[in-house]
Amino acid sequence: MTTATVNSKGVGTPTTRIYGALAIVALGWVLLGGLFFTPEDVVQGDAVRIMYVHVPTAWVAYLAFIVTGIASACWLIGKKHSLGFDRVAGASAEVGVVFMAMTLLSGSLWGRITWGTYWVWDPRLTTTAFLFVTYVGYLAVRGLGGSPEQRARRSSVIALLAVLEIPLVHFSVVLWRSLHQQASVLSPDGDIKMDGLMLFTLLFGVFGFSVLFAWLVSHRQRIMAMQDALQTNALDAAVSERLREAQV
Amino acid sequence: MNHAGFIIATYGVTFGAVIGLAAYAIKQGRELSRKVPDKDKPWT
Repeated sequence: MTTATVNSKGVGTPTTRIYGALAIVALGWVLLGGLFFTPEDVVQGDAVRIMYVHVPTAWVAYLAFIVTGIASACWLIGKKHSLGFDRVAGASAEVGVVFMAMTLLSGSLWGRITWGTYWVWDPRLTTTAFLFVTYVGYLAVRGLGGSPEQRARRSSVIALLAVLEIPLVHFSVVLWRSLHQQASVLSPDGDIKMDGLMLFTLLFGVFGFSVLFAWLVSHRQRIMAMQDALQTNALDAAVSERLREAQV
Repeated sequence: MNHAGFIIATYGVTFGAVIGLAAYAIKQGRELSRKVPDKDKPWT
């Protein structure tokens, strides 16, 4: 009998440690700059401070669901059907759902200040809530059981359909009459009407949350790889046990 | 700061969630690493 070597240091690597350090620095600035150093907005006053977390978390949620879609397409198209793509898709969707929940919550609190209500069935809010529920469903389907290959096949099809909702959410403020403001940084005319420190904090927030997303997905997909390995090893052990029993 | 309660709640929930998620990933990664042999961990 051979003894497998086991290293209990976790799933971190030098690259993920760099991601982690960058995320801590950037998000530390967002916390301090967003709350204390950036100026008030002439219209919204201090309520604008919510923007420094609301916009980056929404961006990361979109990014996460797009990564899920691309990784799922790679699994479906790839000749080897590498489960690595499926794990990246699943890990990215998990992170995306958490960030989408944060976006909905921060938006709701922001809405209470500026609109006087936590929720309104506005096109942007409604399509965002629908996107959130879709990816909760995607994660539920991933958890249905079966082999990793079966999980990958069914969830990749759903991911490719779900990603089509993202343009609908993004352009909902243009397509329909909406309470939600239109894009202020990526506006069609390219004119950014924002104070320099406010814009820097916002963009640094986007960078920080994006690096954190990369860190989280790297860790989660490795955790999934170990869970799959444990499941496969347990199945192999059970089959060997039954064969041994049959021989006795 | 006007609306301080709403703003601090937003930051608290957001940063609390990301710190919680990161801590859970580290904890789960360490626990599973003890159970899974190195051959199944290509990043080590």
